[in-house]
Amino acid sequence: MERILTRWIDIPDLRHLNVYEAHGGYQALRKALFDMTPEEIINEVKASNLRGRGGAAFPTGVKWSFIPKDSKKPVYVCCNADESEPGTFANRYQLENDPHGIIEGILITCRAVGAHTCYVYLRGEFNLQKRRLDEAIAEARAKGYVGRNIMGSGFDVEIYTHRGAGAYICGEETGLLESLEGKRAYPRNRPPFPAIQGAFGCPTVVNNVETLTNVPHIIMRGADWYKSIGPEKSPGPKLFCLSGHVNKPGLYELPMGYPLKDLIYEVGGGILGGKKLKAVIPGGSSFPVFTAEEAVKVNMDFDSVRAAGSLMGTAGVMVMNEDTCMVDALRTIAHFYHHESCGQCTPCREGCGWIEKLMIDLEAGRGRMEDLDILVDVASNMEGNTICVLADSLAMPVKSFVPKFRDEFEEHVRLGRCPFRETETAGKGHAAAAAAR
Amino acid sequence: MPKVTIDGTEIDAPDGINLIQAAERAGIEIPHYCYHPGLSVVGNCRMCLVEVEKAPKLQIACNTRVADGMIVHTRSERTIRAQKAVLEFLLINHPIDCPVCDQAGECKLQDYYMDYDAQASRFPLGKKNKKGKALDVGSGVMLDQERCILCARCTRFFDEITHTSELAIFERGDHCEVDVYPGRKIDNKYAGNVVDICPVGALTEKDFRFRMRVWYLHRTPSVCAGCERGCSIDIYHHRGRIYRYKPRYNPAVNGFWMCDEGRHGFPALQGETRLTVPLVQEKDRLVAETWASALRRLASRIREFGSANGANSIGAVIGAQSTNEEAFALKRLMVDTIGSDRLATVSWSPPGASGDDELLIRANKNPNTRGLAALGLPAHGLDVLANAVAAGELKMLIVMRADLVRILGEEQFVRRFGALDYMVVLDTDANETCQMANQVLPIAAYPELEGSFTNFQGRVQRLSQAFPPPGQALPAIEALARLGHALDGGERPSSAKAVFAEMAAAESCFRGLSLEALGPNGAELAGPNP
Repeated sequence: MERILTRWIDIPDLRHLNVYEAHGGYQALRKALFDMTPEEIINEVKASNLRGRGGAAFPTGVKWSFIPKDSKKPVYVCCNADESEPGTFANRYQLENDPHGIIEGILITCRAVGAHTCYVYLRGEFNLQKRRLDEAIAEARAKGYVGRNIMGSGFDVEIYTHRGAGAYICGEETGLLESLEGKRAYPRNRPPFPAIQGAFGCPTVVNNVETLTNVPHIIMRGADWYKSIGPEKSPGPKLFCLSGHVNKPGLYELPMGYPLKDLIYEVGGGILGGKKLKAVIPGGSSFPVFTAEEAVKVNMDFDSVRAAGSLMGTAGVMVMNEDTCMVDALRTIAHFYHHESCGQCTPCREGCGWIEKLMIDLEAGRGRMEDLDILVDVASNMEGNTICVLADSLAMPVKSFVPKFRDEFEEHVRLGRCPFRETETAGKGHAAAAAAR
Repeated sequence: MPKVTIDGTEIDAPDGINLIQAAERAGIEIPHYCYHPGLSVVGNCRMCLVEVEKAPKLQIACNTRVADGMIVHTRSERTIRAQKAVLEFLLINHPIDCPVCDQAGECKLQDYYMDYDAQASRFPLGKKNKKGKALDVGSGVMLDQERCILCARCTRFFDEITHTSELAIFERGDHCEVDVYPGRKIDNKYAGNVVDICPVGALTEKDFRFRMRVWYLHRTPSVCAGCERGCSIDIYHHRGRIYRYKPRYNPAVNGFWMCDEGRHGFPALQGETRLTVPLVQEKDRLVAETWASALRRLASRIREFGSANGANSIGAVIGAQSTNEEAFALKRLMVDTIGSDRLATVSWSPPGASGDDELLIRANKNPNTRGLAALGLPAHGLDVLANAVAAGELKMLIVMRADLVRILGEEQFVRRFGALDYMVVLDTDANETCQMANQVLPIAAYPELEGSFTNFQGRVQRLSQAFPPPGQALPAIEALARLGHALDGGERPSSAKAVFAEMAAAESCFRGLSLEALGPNGAELAGPNP
């Protein structure tokens, strides 16, 4: 397949403006500025069925169309580069290698929604990535792609980059806006939605980096071309972050709907050490886990993964082999969400901590049989009862790990210790640590 | 007006109100912690989750505005499950130290646990998070971070009402804690309000805590006399002692709040110096006597001065701490019974007292300056009286609720009023003016009487008697009625209700008003406003 979002693999130094231009760079912007009305851009993106890559899979063109056409306030575009979902590392490579692709996507989006300011919110650890993006913005500004009167069109866009300070919740759409405004990143109640009241009380579109980088290609090559890649309702090229117990972990661009089995066994080179597959989390740690039997039947697009009982999220595919202790894996996940819960809503603030405490005890062999039901019950009490979905992001793993691997949980209780701790290979092995490699 | 159905009851709900407010109108309680009608909506506690038909998830009632045709279930299976869940979550890290917690008895965790949860805990005691306890965070506020449910009412109060932002939430997740910034303390004049709005025992008042279990306290609606704002308050008392004031909601005067100066004003009303018996000067000493003797003596003095020097040799000073009824009764006694029009008022604020601010505090520390003006009493007139003393025209002075020696300074007082032949003081406390008086009549402080004050906006607000005055002290209107009787044998009304009715008949500003009809929020002065 032709590489679209990861062209940098084939084009050395794509991050430099001259190279980017030599490969058709900013032609989509030119088209959007001179040959298309904002309405036409939105309609083209709507027709492409592009869906948000940040995890929620909301149709991008529809999101843009919520921006009021006659707003007396300024309209803002925010590029969400707070990539923090465990097992997810696509935006990072894009920022390093294709910053102009992001900038061009931003500029076209600004044209579509009538924004003259874009804030790029980068995660705190994205040092190199921010530098690369800042350099590219400076290059683009010098060439008249950013700033006042872009390419003589009379259209202005200023792009600001803003680094967070290391909190997962800042990647949540409205937490990001709060943080951008200089406040604690407490996610906001909706309504009002960001399209009506976003950054600084103004209409705002928040789009993920990967989403935005699809836009120039849709503009250049059209919605029909885009829809021809993968399933029609969930189309396009997709970046898969493959991690865990595979021989060739890494970032792979594949068409939407690519079989998970092939991703693991063909693209990923099979399970590390020739072991057996035990489980796969398909979309970053926030989503339900698949057993090996489930995983090999799933195609990786939003609707197919949902139909199979999980969500594709950020397409952070975490592979776990037979030596993985699923109790320890869930403990690690619980630790993460406990650490990252902003603490605003009661069920999440208290529930995440409770679940981690239960998981620590279970993994250490101090758990009780009734804890397994309490775990699921606590998760159910968290799910859907909070302002944002961080509570659900722990509830979903809990509610899938416990029933799907109940034997393992019960074994921990019966033995009074972790059965995997005897073996050399799995001594400290847990999924998230492997994924972080 | 949108029609909303809550638990099967159809309610006409005004546009813009939320489901908590709409339910209240139908007498249905939707439990909530973080929502407070005086603060912005944050929706963090999740206690008010309710089932709204057609919405896939439960909705927080505080952030859900009424819409026509909305059908809401506050006691459905899903709602009850969410309520139990939230309470269980709130309690897992709570220390459950109710026996030693000062909030016990008025704690929303206790109340809602009994009403909406009542389950055994599934969380082991030994695993609770530990946080700071008994932290003195300034301005008389004590903080217990373990009891805190992080509803952010206090932080919002300081952010949105006082704009001082001394409190903030630090850390994340279940390590979150409310605290002051390092090296800083709460420093504003409205800090006590955060204790009131804290739904649990996280914020308690340093002065009040451990002094009285709240279930022993009686509550009497009243008005703060700390300044001319006249915030609506509740007086909490037990066996004739006041333990605390809390603001009482009054949209026309103080909203939900009151200042700390007013809140902490009550100890002055129950100090060692309270007068409990009538006193008379004998050989440079004040000695006790009975009311009968005191009033006989005073009536005969008034008659003597009147017949010897004319009625205008008798004057009266009315302090702006007096109620409308007291001022009216004394005015009427002076003008109609004694026949003198030598009247002056004093509206004095101590030097160094706080000035006007943008929220509630007024520089004028008298609760009834406007009321005295509405009764047509001269705004000042002490100088006029002093001149009359100097001219030998004024011989006798009746002073009600005005500590002239403190106000003028002893030297000035002696220079201006030292030549008086006779001075009688009606007051609550043995102040310096009493020491110079020939007679002292002990009267009730405002929590001990029925009556009214008129605030600076011209709003007449009702005072209710929390408990009787100490010793033999009498409400001033009763003392004045008895004095009138001693002067002419006539009966005068001595109840505030009746005096108010006479006042409403005689004084144009009070026309159409009655004490009973003032209602909890008071009423505007009628007629021409001075």
